[in-house]
Amino acid sequence: MSQSPEIKIEFRSNPAYLCAIREMVNLLSRRCGFSDGAANKIALAVDEALANVMNHGYEKRTDLPIWLSISRRESGGVTEGFRIVIEDEGRQVEPEQIKSRDLADIRPGGLGVHIIREVMDNVKYEKREGGLGMRLTLEKKLDPGESAPNRGCCERGGPCA
Amino acid sequence: MPEKNPITVTSRTYEDGTLVLFPSGEVSYHESPVLRQSIREAFDRRPRRIVADLSGVSYMATPGLATLVEALQISKRTQVPLVLAGLTPRVRAVFEIARLHTVFRIVDSVEAALAT
Repeated sequence: MSQSPEIKIEFRSNPAYLCAIREMVNLLSRRCGFSDGAANKIALAVDEALANVMNHGYEKRTDLPIWLSISRRESGGVTEGFRIVIEDEGRQVEPEQIKSRDLADIRPGGLGVHIIREVMDNVKYEKREGGLGMRLTLEKKLDPGESAPNRGCCERGGPCA
Repeated sequence: MPEKNPITVTSRTYEDGTLVLFPSGEVSYHESPVLRQSIREAFDRRPRRIVADLSGVSYMATPGLATLVEALQISKRTQVPLVLAGLTPRVRAVFEIARLHTVFRIVDSVEAALAT
């Protein structure tokens, strides 16, 4: 895994930005070899995680910072997966309190954490240092059986056309 | 950043009393209130049944699912059947991850819904 993220962006906690962020994550995932279906799911998981920060961490305030960074996991120059880290300065909660709800209970809401855990291989919530904000680390392995042919930038270091 | 909402919802009432909703665009946190309002207005019109044609929905996150679960609850309460039609593979995958694909009546197309 790279020591530092290859992409790190900061944006405000405005839901209007979710569309652009998920499209970026989707594109990067596909460019790194994930199938269209897998890339869609990764983007969905990130979308849900960011919506949780906006709704719960920041209690729907739209002017506070969120940082999203993306790193590759690689071996021998070949991408093996993704690491996505989402950080905020919102309300801290005990990580063990962040749980999926019972899916048998059919009701609106509360599905985001389930989707994140279902889609990603590793999910880790932790409090950020300094008593402010949370850090969510998401990892997804590139499944050789599901992966699409590599489409460019991540393997070769070239531009995303 | 423009605040334009990237979803529109149109509707059509068929001769048999079926009201079909045609949402088009993406349904995430920012957009779901538009869909929710359209669904509530559809139930208020007391149609024979409601079909939500999701073939124009390119993306759906949990706020969209929550809106449809809410619609299902209204459907059961009002006895107005709700059918989902035309889910794209991307949207269907979200239903499957959330295990909701068995909760809704889902058909391939509006035509299939109208034929029943």
